[in-house]
Amino acid sequence: MAAPMQSLTAVSPLTLRIVAECPVTKARACELALPHCTVSTPVFMPVGTQGTLKGITVDQLESLGCQICLGNTYHLGMRPGPELIEKANGLHGFMNWKRNLLTDSGGFQMVSLVELSEVTEEGVRFKSPYDGKEILLSPEKSVSIQNSLGSDIMMQLDDVVSSTVSGPRVEEAMHRSIRWLDRCIAANKNPDKQNLFAIIQGGLNAELRRACLEEMTKRDVPGFAIGGLSGGEEKDDFWRMVTLSTDHLPREKPRYLMGVGYAVDLVVCVALGCDMFDCVFPTRTARFGSALVPWGSVQVKHKQYAKDFQPIDPDCQCPTCKRHSRAYLHALFKSDTAAMHHITIHNISYQLSLMRSVRQSIVEGRFPQFIQTFMRRMFLSRDQYPSWAVDALASVNITLE
Amino acid sequence: MHLELTRVVQGSGRLGVLRGLSRTRPHHSLETPGCLLYTHLGSVPHLTQDTLHTLKDLPSVTQVTLSDIAEHQEVLESFKEGFRKFAGLHDTVLYCSLHDPAALCPAGYTTNKKCTQPDWYTSMADGETWQVNTTRKRVRKSVDRTLAHLDECLLLHHKLPELEEVSVFGVVEGGDIVDERLRSARETAKRPVVGFCLDGFQTGFMEPSVRAQLIAAVTEELPEDKPRLLPGVGRPDEVLACVEAGVDVFEGFFPFQVTERGCALCFRFDVTPDPESAGRAPPAVLELNKEEEVVRNGNVNRDDQTQMTPFEINLKDKRYEDDFGPLVKGCGCYSCQNHQRAYLHHLLVTNELLAGVLLMIHNTSHYLGFFKALRAALASDQLELLKRRVMEAGGRESD
Repeated sequence: MAAPMQSLTAVSPLTLRIVAECPVTKARACELALPHCTVSTPVFMPVGTQGTLKGITVDQLESLGCQICLGNTYHLGMRPGPELIEKANGLHGFMNWKRNLLTDSGGFQMVSLVELSEVTEEGVRFKSPYDGKEILLSPEKSVSIQNSLGSDIMMQLDDVVSSTVSGPRVEEAMHRSIRWLDRCIAANKNPDKQNLFAIIQGGLNAELRRACLEEMTKRDVPGFAIGGLSGGEEKDDFWRMVTLSTDHLPREKPRYLMGVGYAVDLVVCVALGCDMFDCVFPTRTARFGSALVPWGSVQVKHKQYAKDFQPIDPDCQCPTCKRHSRAYLHALFKSDTAAMHHITIHNISYQLSLMRSVRQSIVEGRFPQFIQTFMRRMFLSRDQYPSWAVDALASVNITLE
Repeated sequence: MHLELTRVVQGSGRLGVLRGLSRTRPHHSLETPGCLLYTHLGSVPHLTQDTLHTLKDLPSVTQVTLSDIAEHQEVLESFKEGFRKFAGLHDTVLYCSLHDPAALCPAGYTTNKKCTQPDWYTSMADGETWQVNTTRKRVRKSVDRTLAHLDECLLLHHKLPELEEVSVFGVVEGGDIVDERLRSARETAKRPVVGFCLDGFQTGFMEPSVRAQLIAAVTEELPEDKPRLLPGVGRPDEVLACVEAGVDVFEGFFPFQVTERGCALCFRFDVTPDPESAGRAPPAVLELNKEEEVVRNGNVNRDDQTQMTPFEINLKDKRYEDDFGPLVKGCGCYSCQNHQRAYLHHLLVTNELLAGVLLMIHNTSHYLGFFKALRAALASDQLELLKRRVMEAGGRESD
């Protein structure tokens, strides 16, 4: 059992306690103590972009056992803006969420809103889609907004390049991200209350990744994120960069893999040594009527469920499955927005339950068996197993049966 | 089903309790004047059971409309266990209303009732008489047709054992023609119905004063001890007027309409003297902005249903951007206890789904509070005071 890492300053706003390590893979089960509460890892963090999880109250989110969720700096920085949120006692006060918040820096919007952005050493220049106004998101500005939001974990502003891009731009972005990390660290007004995480870049280039890891791990940050992935790259490249990163990240600090949320990806990347994950997929797909289940998904809006009087998953304990059938939800989608909320609740419950089961299996020393069972449930047969997952797991001593 | 009247004040309304709403759920009763729980296919709009049950004292009767159910008739027939179970409803009485008078044949309509298994419903009616130039001939036909439907319906009830437990309301038609209204009322009252639905008085169909007169005339012809349901009227001022005219039960759709336009109900309905303001001059009637002037003048355009009323605040308004107070000071609902106007403003501006959830909770809570106050006012002879309080402009300004 590792002793908690204490920084040299006063009480650290982050402490990682490793509760169990899988003897076969690189998986760990930890207790991540943050200002608002302790988070059990591995953890999936639902995304509440604009200061709300779409359609779900904070009470409902709390009841599902969520201990940390995300807010988005770019969007909240635009509307309603940092000054207002500060007046409201930070994002916690504004949305009335009593547990932990993680804010990303706005970096990802550089890729997703690339038509509207321009990157220089200074920062990212955005043209607001709402009113055409130009804003400069610099490392200092991003941290300033996040300081106003008061999140428990803040992300550095990184120079984000799509994982499908190669060549000198990737190297430029990696080096710039290091410089921007230093600027972010310097700009953080609340290091005793807010944890600034670094984000490892380098695209799909092992050399660049290694260089980035070597430099960034020299900085005294409470945690590291693995960025620049989960954006359309080949899965074969994806997992190699993930495992390379965790190989070179300190054991005693949390590893946050950004933008990963598909069940298979979560299980594999836990095996590769990641602790924290976020993704819009589970909540977004819910609104389209797609309910996540251990064997894939149930597309509730499809005709075949019109007379299916079973719940989405008979084994699921979420409020939706305890009360409603697929047939009712199918019908309700035609009548009311509440249908989306039912599925959103189910999907969040699914994700959080999955991570709880993963964690429990690590704690009980049976994570390898868990992986086998999980894969068998998810896929119809062994030859359906995605080859990247087979390879990734093999790299951490798991031979899928 | 029977109505126990506890108080009848001529020209001022009746206070009572509707019992025997459901033979399978005898513990349920509905205090009158009261409203029903409005739903889309059994779900209160925007709400799941968790968010719904943050509300206390929900109406014991859940309303679902025929048009909602008709679409799913085949599924309900396969399901076999009735709509209530299909929708995963809590312990509640189910009322199936005739929202859109449809051209279904009565037999088909009653088959629908079999697979729905409501506790109570309104008989088929012909209510297509809201257009301004509806002829007397057309109105007469609608009264006749409606009575014929009712008779066929009652006959089927007699024949089909599974409908034995189900209560039927007769529908009073007659447009805005007094004679026809009276005829419809008298004839319907002759039938063995459990209560009466006063159709064709929906907000926007006629001048409020005409409506009040007609309803009063109609209720004179109806037996005192049977409930009167008035669909399509939800604004607090209109509810008060219709209670005075003898109505007992209203539909609960108004909070939903307010929610859909991003507004929060805020009108006052407290009549107990406020120690802090007793003795001071009554609050001034604030200058209404143009939009509200139009509404107050009683514009009877049907489109008014989507326009703001004087009983609510528009949270999209910039003035609420940094208003950190609750939607309504002193409101005990989940939304007011946990969130602020500024947050609701943000949710509306960013088009977030949570806005609908929080507003629906608040608006429903506020509206139910109003009905509770209405009953209390009737019990203690304070209806006039309540009317004045409800119409006060003060409630809309932030504190």
